Amino acid sequence: MSDTLLEIDNLSVDYETERGDLKALRDISFDVKKGEIVGIVGESGCGKSTLISSILRLTAPNTRFRQGEVRFNGDDILAMTERQMRDLRGSDISIVFQDPMQTHNPVLTIGRQLLDIQHRSKATTAQKLETAAKMLAAVGIPDPQARLKQYPHEFSGGMRQRIAIAMALMSEPDLLIADEPTTALDATLEVQIIERLKELQSEMNCAILFISHHLGVIAELCDRVVVMYAGAVVESGDVREIFHDPKHPYTRRLIECDPGHIKTRARILPTIPGEVPDLVNLPDGCIFRDRCEQAFDKCQQVPALDKLKEGHFAACWLNHPEETTA
Amino acid sequence: MSAILDVKDLQTSYGKVNVLAGVSFSVQPGETYAMVGESGSGKTTVIRAIAGLAPAQAGSVKFDGQEIRGLPERAMRPLRKDIAMMFQDPIGSLSPRVTVRNLITEPYRIQGMKNKDIDAEAKRLLALVNLPSHFADRYPYQLSGGQARRVGVARALALEPKLILADEPTAGLDVSVQGELLNLLNELRDRLGLSMVIITHNLNVVRHIADRMGILYLGRLVEEGDTEAIFDRPRHPYTHCLLSANPEPDPDAQLERIALKGEPPSLLQRPSGCEFRERCPVASDICQQTPIWEVNNDHGLRCLTPR
Repeated sequence: MSDTLLEIDNLSVDYETERGDLKALRDISFDVKKGEIVGIVGESGCGKSTLISSILRLTAPNTRFRQGEVRFNGDDILAMTERQMRDLRGSDISIVFQDPMQTHNPVLTIGRQLLDIQHRSKATTAQKLETAAKMLAAVGIPDPQARLKQYPHEFSGGMRQRIAIAMALMSEPDLLIADEPTTALDATLEVQIIERLKELQSEMNCAILFISHHLGVIAELCDRVVVMYAGAVVESGDVREIFHDPKHPYTRRLIECDPGHIKTRARILPTIPGEVPDLVNLPDGCIFRDRCEQAFDKCQQVPALDKLKEGHFAACWLNHPEETTA
Repeated sequence: MSAILDVKDLQTSYGKVNVLAGVSFSVQPGETYAMVGESGSGKTTVIRAIAGLAPAQAGSVKFDGQEIRGLPERAMRPLRKDIAMMFQDPIGSLSPRVTVRNLITEPYRIQGMKNKDIDAEAKRLLALVNLPSHFADRYPYQLSGGQARRVGVARALALEPKLILADEPTAGLDVSVQGELLNLLNELRDRLGLSMVIITHNLNVVRHIADRMGILYLGRLVEEGDTEAIFDRPRHPYTHCLLSANPEPDPDAQLERIALKGEPPSLLQRPSGCEFRERCPVASDICQQTPIWEVNNDHGLRCLTPR
């Protein structure tokens, strides 16, 4: 049995719009191994959400899968029937969403919601409640038995996000997708959530696909990082490689821009001038070319995501010395 | 030099909930002051109370020497020329059915400045925040988060205020855009001599924009001082926890993280003694006494066991 859990191969996804096809994902390839934490970094509009909804096949009606495969435990998700998909969602793959204030049903108690999520289990209600309380305790909610009777509004934001994590982990999934789970939270709570995730991950050994634009969180939590820009993977690799030896100008600029990176007071912070290109009318060549300070003639052609060394890939002509000197 | 904003013992309660339990701070002309704290610490209430948008039952708010707490709306309105707000949600704070031109020139209409050339002013304001002039015809839904934020800044600047109150000005922005906005605010401050109060929980932002900072816990300042000094040497254990909770963009960073215990206590049942004591990593018996606010060399602290 292979140790690869999720494989994404040359995935391209379009949205049909009035202006033409919006090429939301182009030629995305990466994989997630069993028990691994992979971070996806990218700014607004880079295709993070399209990627998640493609993996779960919860896509908008105007979505068109143009090419590529998404394999989970070797099975092609895109070829599955809706029935098979339903068996997968919430049991083998589960997700924690961004906004903890909106993920719970406000008119049902937390206990009820934790029961509902176990609808596949054959256990008795009492046993299910037992499991629910155990899960709440595992994510650090004090006095879980009493808390089961409470409604979402009786919990703080940080607690609600921990409950969302408890729900997602209830079925002991192989893959947990976490979509910016800490963005809506304070730094102190963010740290709590990350540490909790790390702990649970090592206990249950599930893989996590962690989506964030917060580089600090990614650096702290993830084993590997995939950097996306405007619907394409521009770089991927081991977390240390990405942060210490980035091989794509976008990754480099992104790290430089993070104010957490700049220890002394700066009056002028670095930025990436320009805007993300229109994905309906894609520019020719490298997608980052317009905003790249190091762009040269060769960048009029689209660079491939090349393997630079074991576990480090980047799509940039600068990594081809023969081209830069030509 | 006299302060442009002088807040003394500001108190706000909603029913029994005592949100601000006496907040005092002042901002000098041209200074940027950052108010930092967790959700529920009362930071948004502070600036809303200053602007007269939230009640303040006691205390004093002096703007340019004039007492403005509890002024009736009619008396407050002319002052709003000088005190501008930037709201937290960039797109939500813009009316969806109004063009950018009308959004950013609305303050002129409200203030009855009819002789202004609206088109020219819109152009000038857009240029000020580095947006192209054709944006005047756009509607909020056609703006990205960063652009909407800049429209918010343009609108706040329309009447050439002396003081800007900004609620989480960088929340929800991508890192590359966040830098742009901070640079813009810094530049405008240098050029126009603005004073600013910035509310945020993003400490990375504070370091680069604020001259002084105050740390709010349960509606009270627990530490205040020069930004660099506080980053270099936080004295209050809460400040220390906050600063240490900041994840570093470096996988090999050696973090000396001090975990905060539990959740913020309920405002309905304020703890006795030091209000931070139940979550404090270094609390001792002495903390059952109530710490007083002590100021030494422009550094304020409310702690019996400082670091």
